[in-house]
Amino acid sequence: MWKFTLRRIVTMIPQVLLLSIIVFILAKMMPGDALSGMVDPNIDPNTIAEKREALGLNDPWYQQYTRWLGGVFQGDLGQSFHFKMDVSELVWQRIVNSFWLSLLTLVLTYLIAIPLGITSGRYNDSWSDRLITGYTYIGFAMPIFIFALVMLWVFGFYLDLFPTGGSVEPGIEPGTFEYIMSKIYHMLLPALSMALITTVSTVQYLRSEIIDTKQKDFILTARAKGASESRVYNRHILRNSLLPIAAFLGYEITGLIGGSIFIENIFGYPGMGQLFLNSILLRDYSVVTALVLLFGILSILGALLSDIILSLVDPRIRIK
Amino acid sequence: MSEPILEINHLTTSFRIKDEHYAAVDDVSLTVNKNELLAIVGESGCGKSALAFSIMRLHNRAKIEGEIKFKGQNIAGFNTSQLNALRGKDMGMIFQDPLTALNPLMMIGDQIGEILLIHNKNLSVNKRKGRVIELLNKVGIPGAEHVYNQFPHELSGGMRQRVVIAMAIANNPELLIADEPTTALDVTIQSQILDLMKELKEESQAGVILITHDLGVVAEMADRVAVMYAGQIVEIADVYTLFENPLHPYTRSLLNSVPTANEEQSKLHVIQGVVPSLQNLPREGCRFSARIPWISESAHEKNPVLHEVSPGHFVRCTCYKDFHFPDGQKEEHNHVIS
Repeated sequence: MWKFTLRRIVTMIPQVLLLSIIVFILAKMMPGDALSGMVDPNIDPNTIAEKREALGLNDPWYQQYTRWLGGVFQGDLGQSFHFKMDVSELVWQRIVNSFWLSLLTLVLTYLIAIPLGITSGRYNDSWSDRLITGYTYIGFAMPIFIFALVMLWVFGFYLDLFPTGGSVEPGIEPGTFEYIMSKIYHMLLPALSMALITTVSTVQYLRSEIIDTKQKDFILTARAKGASESRVYNRHILRNSLLPIAAFLGYEITGLIGGSIFIENIFGYPGMGQLFLNSILLRDYSVVTALVLLFGILSILGALLSDIILSLVDPRIRIK
Repeated sequence: MSEPILEINHLTTSFRIKDEHYAAVDDVSLTVNKNELLAIVGESGCGKSALAFSIMRLHNRAKIEGEIKFKGQNIAGFNTSQLNALRGKDMGMIFQDPLTALNPLMMIGDQIGEILLIHNKNLSVNKRKGRVIELLNKVGIPGAEHVYNQFPHELSGGMRQRVVIAMAIANNPELLIADEPTTALDVTIQSQILDLMKELKEESQAGVILITHDLGVVAEMADRVAVMYAGQIVEIADVYTLFENPLHPYTRSLLNSVPTANEEQSKLHVIQGVVPSLQNLPREGCRFSARIPWISESAHEKNPVLHEVSPGHFVRCTCYKDFHFPDGQKEEHNHVIS
């Protein structure tokens, strides 16, 4: 299996390279650059032109690209024009916030999906199933940014139960228990908003897996053994149905990246998603390229993770 | 000698199709004795599997009427937990397709062990494993210790069917129902599996219901044969009588449509048409009449019943008296039993 993982990681390299070229060109094609509009309008245009020349912004893209790539290999993702700090440092701060938010979202997603999916699949075509399926249709139809706004308005402003922005209460000593609780408190509403929407595909998936497994021949075998209904469900149906869900985890991570861009912006949560959108608006494309590259790598790793999980839980799939 | 294990009286199993119930098994009565192998024969869709599933009460949405007396108790009225105590303990079932009958995510040892565990919670883990290995050896699986830790996909079809059989006999059931146990296997494996079943039957003295459409298998294995057509038993007799003196037109047609190797047969007999579907089944008159249109209507009974023509030999409807094969076709004598 290590060989397989290694091979997959090696095949990732050309994918990531290609991705970086595309991302780089796209970033360059955005109108304007970091020096347009952001600097004092009274500065002599000649000075700006000189500055452009000095930063190498007038070179052809491939020269800029190779220069940038050389830096990446040395762990230098460049400078943020806006924040005036190393991109790697900037991204790292945000990555930690995004990681915890994504983790909480993932946990909530499964906490919602598994009981709902099981109920819906086991008692399919009952009233509870119809109710749950109804919810999933609404979830599919509802854009995440609208739902998040509604949640923010209801629970953040109207009921005033949750904070409406930030990742922690200002002025608390980092590392203390209070600090951690404040972090979780700030994450709860964005995570819940995202989980309630992203979970519907997992609910549907689990439901159809259970309905499918229920009709398999080996379930009949289990019944003919004299297994009780709960045993049939827990030992035979559930295990076989949860398997593809477990394998889905890797792709779920990819979905979280997309979702977090909206969620973090709406809730003013300082994570990668918010940084990404801001950087685009500020034409801070050393940050944009770094982030897109990171998102790309995470997506590819997510797919790899799915394959590895599947090979671990399904005895029929063994990676050599 | 004949001690009945199972007595079925007027069993009707019906399925609901669009608000109406249609009987897939229609008023079937039969008995299975201890150490007896009763074969149920018929073409696809005649209700033989539905009958087998009804006996184990494995249908979850069927309406079951009539009496299923197992060891003197009418299990037709049993609730699920009462049934679960019987299933896998006193009654074992061997399924048609060993490729799908095993849980793909459970090790062979665990799957066989489960049936022991369900019916004997006090059995220690080691004893259970010992018993599973013993069972695997009994059904002729080489390297039982190794197979214990294997998954179904690592075994061949024949081996998997042996595992299914090991599971069915794990608790020494008194009644074994085999639903086309060899249909999914190739011919050489078929005979091995049949030999194994015969052996196990002799050893355990269990009553066996063998469901098949293979007349060769019937001749080889059965003590008694029930021929089913469209949900009804049309003829029932011991195996020698049935092959020597088949009476019902359906039985005769079935036997006549087996190709023979020794004689130059001009043309293989084919029964015209197909078994009518549940909804289109005529509920009155002789159900086979539509497939032998050259026999005059008057030959059939209005409400065909089983007639005992000789002790233990029952035939439905009177049309057998006037039955002949269509012009020119002579009845081949198939010496399936040699």
